[in-house]
Amino acid sequence: MKCWVYDGAMTMIFGIPVQAFLGQLLVGLINGSFYAMLSLGLAVIFGLLRVINFAHGALYMLGAFIGYLLLTRFGIGYWPALILSPLIVGGFGIVVERLALSRLYDIDPLYGLLFTFGLALVLEGVFRYYYGVSGSPYSVPPLLSGGTNLGFMFLPNYRGWVVVASMIVCFGTWALIEKTRLGSYLRAATENPRLVQAFGVNVPLLLTLTYGLGAALAGLAGVLAAPIYQVSPLMGSDLIIVVFAVVVVGGMGSILGAIVTGYMLGLAEGLTKVFYPEASNLVVFVIMAIVLLVRPAGLFGRDA
Amino acid sequence: MSDAAPLLAVRGLNAWYGESHALHGVDLEVFPGETVTLLGRNGVGKTTTLRAIVGLIRQRTGQIAFDGKDLMRLPLHRTAHQGIGLVPEERGIFATLTVDENLVLPPIVAEGGMSVEEIFDLFPNLKERRNSPGTRLSGGEQQMLAIARMLRTGVKMLLLDEPTEGLAPVIVQRIGDLLATMKKRGMTILLVEQNFRFASRVTDRFYLMEHGKVVAGFPVGELPDRMTLLHEVLGV
Repeated sequence: MKCWVYDGAMTMIFGIPVQAFLGQLLVGLINGSFYAMLSLGLAVIFGLLRVINFAHGALYMLGAFIGYLLLTRFGIGYWPALILSPLIVGGFGIVVERLALSRLYDIDPLYGLLFTFGLALVLEGVFRYYYGVSGSPYSVPPLLSGGTNLGFMFLPNYRGWVVVASMIVCFGTWALIEKTRLGSYLRAATENPRLVQAFGVNVPLLLTLTYGLGAALAGLAGVLAAPIYQVSPLMGSDLIIVVFAVVVVGGMGSILGAIVTGYMLGLAEGLTKVFYPEASNLVVFVIMAIVLLVRPAGLFGRDA
Repeated sequence: MSDAAPLLAVRGLNAWYGESHALHGVDLEVFPGETVTLLGRNGVGKTTTLRAIVGLIRQRTGQIAFDGKDLMRLPLHRTAHQGIGLVPEERGIFATLTVDENLVLPPIVAEGGMSVEEIFDLFPNLKERRNSPGTRLSGGEQQMLAIARMLRTGVKMLLLDEPTEGLAPVIVQRIGDLLATMKKRGMTILLVEQNFRFASRVTDRFYLMEHGKVVAGFPVGELPDRMTLLHEVLGV
């Protein structure tokens, strides 16, 4: 009886048990981690290549599948896959850019969008053909299995790792772009690619590497996601629409905007699940609509 | 002019913006160490000539030889590496780069360029503001930065597109001094300039352009005899 009284006295926030509240915030933060990593790549690619990369979700799926195949076919585990899979997806991105995207820069931007959209359909179709739509599980690496009791809640170790890893990746990419010489080429070429090329910078190579970097980021996010969500051909298309909304809210081409908005919208989704679960799938798009009305250039975008 | 071969030789240069035929066979030569100015009214093709020489305009025919090399076949990013640098009319200072980053953006193409420290000695204003975004500088400072960053690269020749446009007389004076300093260091300069008085202070020769062609060329010493022609063509 005493025990029951103790349970009943658990802490509440706005009438919600604190465990449930923090649990949903954590789910929001995890989703936000993937939003941030994916929208970051989209923003970098859009900024420099002016291509709306509809294949981004498929590249994320590809990253997860390569991790899965490395494990099931070659017995290569999670940690090597965390390096190998982004390298393979990045290499795939480089080939795609060289063979196809680079030929579309001088014509209507619509062609780049259509091409990447088509590429996404092909990739998803191929994996659907061989693996069906039901997902395959990818187990959490032993080092990160189990959980930690934080006192106020139980944190699965792997989820904690995903949040930390995504923050490292986002900060690392931000620093690469904002603080290095290579990043200054990238920023300058985003503003005026022709002039930067006239100065003697090999801008076509820069475009190829940027698409490769964006693809690798998507692949890395895919591997990180594999143990949380199932590895499925449609995992990318489920996510990509929200990620586009993130990019629009953050401001097209804004690196910092994409990162911050990714986490913010993930948290907003989590909070909505606590207070009004029915709206949780909608809230991102409601925020997008409001931002577009109030600040069409996005929260972090520069007015053109 | 001299026994030396020209550093830049342009023959029969034609250029187009889409359907619009902008240059109709431009011929010009610039010899090592010379400063040459293109004169002409707005829209006769002075800026187009500079942009076609460095390859920013790809729809072009004719011959462009720089230091004995054919520039026509090179991709845009290889041209600067031959030793030719453009300071564009719009200055091309990048808003998302600091002054420092703007300064070191163009890759070094040859030895003999100035070091960042030497440049900052020459432009103390830039040093004070090295961490500000490039476009926070005043118009004059931006022009200084646009020229300064080319001095670092070791190019042999600068193409300067209206460097004094919209600037206060005291800044124009400083840019004149700067061009004189560069000339002393052996820099070859092709200048496009509306400010006739400024140009005649720094240039060795003039080319006069009309309707996408060079119609006359003469050394600065012949200027008094040519004033009638200039009045006719330029309306000055």
